[in-house]
Amino acid sequence: MPTPDLDVLAAAEAWRKAGRDVAIATVVETWGSAPRPVGSHLIVDGEGNFEGSVSGGCVEGAVVGEALDVIAAGKPKMLEFGVADETAWRVGLSCGGRIKVYVEKLD
Amino acid sequence: MKLDILERLNAARQKRQAAILVTDLASGHLRLVVEHEGYDGDPLADELRRRFASGASGTVGEANTFLTVHLPPPRLIVIGAVHISQALAPMAKLAGFDMTIVDPRTAFATPDRFPDVTLIAEWPQDALPKLGLDPFTAIAALTHDPKIDDGALEAALRAECFYVGALGSRKTQAKRLDRLRALGLDERAVARVRGPIGLAIGAQSPAEIAVSILAEVIATLRSRGAVAKEAAA
Repeated sequence: MPTPDLDVLAAAEAWRKAGRDVAIATVVETWGSAPRPVGSHLIVDGEGNFEGSVSGGCVEGAVVGEALDVIAAGKPKMLEFGVADETAWRVGLSCGGRIKVYVEKLD
Repeated sequence: MKLDILERLNAARQKRQAAILVTDLASGHLRLVVEHEGYDGDPLADELRRRFASGASGTVGEANTFLTVHLPPPRLIVIGAVHISQALAPMAKLAGFDMTIVDPRTAFATPDRFPDVTLIAEWPQDALPKLGLDPFTAIAALTHDPKIDDGALEAALRAECFYVGALGSRKTQAKRLDRLRALGLDERAVARVRGPIGLAIGAQSPAEIAVSILAEVIATLRSRGAVAKEAAA
């Protein structure tokens, strides 16, 4: 959804034109209570700087890491996050929902 | 995603045109459909039409195709460079609204009082056609002066703006609706004018009234069905 001050797609275009590597992550599916709606974007540059949100903070760190891989490999990737696994300290959604995030490189 | 597709998408969004990005999740291939450019021959035409109406992004078919729907961002046009508008401007901006203030009274409409807002010191009848009202626009008439407010309300109702509100008491509102009827607007149209403006939260100060107005605008936006169904996620 539009937030003029944080227009991530405009930022993605500007970053790319400034010569930065850019990956775009998009929430493509949600189940249960998900913090950010389908269509939400997060953009990441080659140095791990990011703008936008796919989960309201729960899994952004993991998505940024995966985005750096996508930038390096050039191939899109589908990520899936569920409820946090407390014993293993894995990232997840504390709200108990699940989300699917598509990450692609901006060529 | 190819940069040229992102450029076209951003250009469409800039021009307040609805657009849908169609991504093949298996191959990574994607294309852009811009509403006003037509898509009748598109294999997904029916689905696209439905998505343009609902604003909801999502997968289709065997979940191999993802449609990212981009509807124009909501705009808030405030008639009256008044005290409430000064409080409303930063709040509306934070909430993601593109806000414009129209007031023909140049003593009110000064950049000093409104440093970070688009300010147009013209009569609404002159300014609004240039702004191009649409169903993604909200209008809040705050001057308390029928000479200035009425023309704006009429234009907003005729353009099917998603929110139309006006400052004033119930008595003022009743008289206002009579004047709008006299301008030839039907009952369905005049019933859309929110007045007294804002949610009933007992607001007293200009800032509190601004909160109540913004809350009402958001409530209306989120219930109209033609915008991304964030709440449904």
